[in-house]
Amino acid sequence: MNHFDEASAAVQAALDAGARYADARVMVRRTESMTARDGDIEDLSSDESAGLGVRALVGSGWGFYAVPDLSTAAAQAAGRRAAQIAAASGLVAGPPIDLVPSEVQVASWESACEIDPLSVPLSTKGDLLVRATAAAKEAGADLAEAIYQIWDTRKWFVSSEGHRIDQHIRECGAGITASAYGDGEIQRRSWPSHRGQYATRGWELVDEIDLVGHAPRMAEEARALLSAPLCPPGETTLVLGGEQMALQIHESVGHAIELDRILGWEAAYAGTSWLDLSKLGTLRYGSDLMNITIDPGIPGALGSFGFDDEGSPARKRDAVRDGIWVGVLAGRDSAAVAGLDYAGSVRSDGWRRLPMVRMTNVGLEPGPHTLDEIIANTDDGVFMDINRSWSIDDRRLNFQFGCEIGYEIKNGKLGRMLRNPTYTGIGPRFWQSMDMLSSETTAWGTPNCGKGQPGQVGHTGHPAAPARFTNVRVGVRG
Amino acid sequence: MTGDTTLTGAELELAARIVDLVRRQAGASAEAEVMVGHHAEALTRFANSMIHQNVADAVTTVRLRLHLDGRTAAGSTTLTAADGLAGLVERVVAAARVNPPDALWPGLTPPTPLYPASGAHGSGPHSGLDFGFDETTARADPADRAERVRAFVRAAAGLETAGYCRTVYSSAAFANTAGQSVEGRSAEAAMDGIARYRGADGVARLASGRLADLDGAELGARAAAKARAGASPRELPPGRYEVVLEPEAVADLLANLAAYGFNGKAYAQKQSFAEIDADQFDPSVSIIDEPLGSRGEPAIGLPFDLEGTPRDWLVLVREGVTKAVTHDRTSAAEAGATSTGHASVGSRTWGPVALNMRLEASAPETLPDVSSDDGPVAATARPLVERMERGLLVTDLWYTRVLDQKALVVTGLTRNGVWLVEDGRVVAPVSNMRFTQSYPEALSAGMVRGIGGRSVLQPDAWSGVRYAAPALHLASWNLTGNASG
Repeated sequence: MNHFDEASAAVQAALDAGARYADARVMVRRTESMTARDGDIEDLSSDESAGLGVRALVGSGWGFYAVPDLSTAAAQAAGRRAAQIAAASGLVAGPPIDLVPSEVQVASWESACEIDPLSVPLSTKGDLLVRATAAAKEAGADLAEAIYQIWDTRKWFVSSEGHRIDQHIRECGAGITASAYGDGEIQRRSWPSHRGQYATRGWELVDEIDLVGHAPRMAEEARALLSAPLCPPGETTLVLGGEQMALQIHESVGHAIELDRILGWEAAYAGTSWLDLSKLGTLRYGSDLMNITIDPGIPGALGSFGFDDEGSPARKRDAVRDGIWVGVLAGRDSAAVAGLDYAGSVRSDGWRRLPMVRMTNVGLEPGPHTLDEIIANTDDGVFMDINRSWSIDDRRLNFQFGCEIGYEIKNGKLGRMLRNPTYTGIGPRFWQSMDMLSSETTAWGTPNCGKGQPGQVGHTGHPAAPARFTNVRVGVRG
Repeated sequence: MTGDTTLTGAELELAARIVDLVRRQAGASAEAEVMVGHHAEALTRFANSMIHQNVADAVTTVRLRLHLDGRTAAGSTTLTAADGLAGLVERVVAAARVNPPDALWPGLTPPTPLYPASGAHGSGPHSGLDFGFDETTARADPADRAERVRAFVRAAAGLETAGYCRTVYSSAAFANTAGQSVEGRSAEAAMDGIARYRGADGVARLASGRLADLDGAELGARAAAKARAGASPRELPPGRYEVVLEPEAVADLLANLAAYGFNGKAYAQKQSFAEIDADQFDPSVSIIDEPLGSRGEPAIGLPFDLEGTPRDWLVLVREGVTKAVTHDRTSAAEAGATSTGHASVGSRTWGPVALNMRLEASAPETLPDVSSDDGPVAATARPLVERMERGLLVTDLWYTRVLDQKALVVTGLTRNGVWLVEDGRVVAPVSNMRFTQSYPEALSAGMVRGIGGRSVLQPDAWSGVRYAAPALHLASWNLTGNASG
């Protein structure tokens, strides 16, 4: 069964009501999530959501309306309502809106999936979380928590320009966290990542993660952190593990290169960007080792798709090449405003929400080193990994990030474990100090990227590898 | 917005029908609870002084939670036709049969009437209570919101502006196999915008249960005044500063206290600083959660939670003493307490959180009478600023994240305007700064130098959440970096 007819009816109704462009997406999504605590299941929810969202452009005003009713009559009414809302936008109108050209696509796409995660028995999935948290508890955790999440999304997209695209995207992931309680403080260790690892893959990903096998070490490290010395404050050489690098890329590059932020469209909430479009192609963002790509075509990465929610096909693009800023994440309207000729990075988090500029897979190309080489070449510094807290200003410049665990580096070797490691910096200054980069890349998934009003939760991917930075301020505390 | 804002009893009837369906499929011993919720949200967003995103949606979601033979499962659907509902019941029953046992199941909410609201106007046909529901807000159309945006933009008098105007209508009915059966509805409006001038931003934000309370021109003028006064800021060295936080910033304190401090699950798991009946705050601090509205202000949420527990006012802190934390039935059972009506989607995992917190304002007669309009200073902050010898006036906080949950040490940045104050007068705008600060420590005994005389209702990014916040004068705030690092 497909829903092209309902989407087409919505688009036609919007055109009949005065829209000069319209598109519509029907989305049917099944989600499933389970959490466990200390060997018991805490929560299980299996949810289904279906509906149609239609976007209409009347004059220079956009309107969007979404309904859960997939009848033709409801779709037509939604199309008319979107046009009505767009007309109201004209009360506070700006310059005319154009869309960069988009080659009409009639296509179908499906993400690769070896084991359908929804077909894995709940008892199997539940047992996994129970065993993982029990293992952490037995190994000394005061609190052991585990989670898995599954998303199975089918969508049908139709535009007034002739696009007809259907996609089936399956995503899932899981993680475990062990906490140890000390005197007035809590230490935490997570595997494989803060909130878990996620991808556009099947349950094979969760099997590979091996939550049970890693649970005892998480508990032991959390306990050990309680008696570890605090990360000393000061300026030093910082080596970041791959998971924390993914967060660093997400926050201080991915959001900064979103064209809607650069154009001021997010100024009141998510913020703007320190990047100035007039410097695209010339601005030095980082060191020569810094090569960032926008690539929604990476098999299995969480930000992968066949086509974005405007019908633009997945294409790889440079964002930073040899340290120079050369590309942005764009949509058809924002690209037209900026005078660019490409889009391809517009998505919504469901049928109820307006598609907007979002990260896809924004990642760092591998470097020439290994983590072992980086540490061996560091006389004095700190190694940190696994994100614990993240904060960055509204221009994406001034950041302060905290990690779960740190180690001092002395004379080319990892030394004592350090607790509460944090570091702070200014984006371009930090990236320009990157002098060693590993080739050991993993595409980390971020399933909780917030943006937009009403709020949307995006899924993004970040290929990242360990790297070294010089003269970084660490150990910031309250 | 929506075609129908009258409670006809259809949602309650649907909830009861699904309870019956569950009983037929799972047997008489099944414990089931059903929430049928309708949510219609419309948001008109502007940037670069034009409306650039203008959206609305309306959805009915049916949620079912089932406890069967010691096992629990939950699910939801937006497919409310017969086959969609049958599919939901089938899915959840099947999940409950194979899921591992649930040792944490707290049982169902027994039949309990909704609490009356002293400020309520009128009464609904079925619940008997409407908590000040405003029909006009529920039925607002795109032109109503666009007109407020236009007023905001015009009042900024040529400054670049950005923000939104939002209206929300919600209704819901709850039924369970224990016999609880309640329904309700609410409406909400909010406006949040900035004006920008030579790199400086000024903000104005207001929430209400009535769209008519939102004056776009007044908000636009206030944001513009702040932006103009914030141009050409200077950097200050990091360090501990005395501060006056305006309501926008105070809302962030309340939000983090709600999520991590007064969260009943965090409390039960010993991850919170909260200790019941302990002196943890300055005696001037009293904090309540008021989901039913208060002081003539309509409620913006429903009068019961996702487990059907009636919501009521809850005193969290009285005169510096922590009196309660928020619970759903699970965290309450774990803590040996009773539910306070704070169950929500995911609260079993993330914990129950207060959504309508109020920091009690000072009695106005205890504050100096300051009538002069001091440029960027909010009215509620003026008496506090006047008493500050040297410190910072902070409009807003941004991107706050917890570094240490137990001590609630938070890092974040200032935003939308900071000024240096000397001898009770604003003397210079200051660049945004990063802070790293324990929130309970900042509010501890002797650290609160004053609280404004009037609370301002602050909207949250998520509908259904708002904070009543006066300005707050604190003895020390730990600023750990400035804009240049």
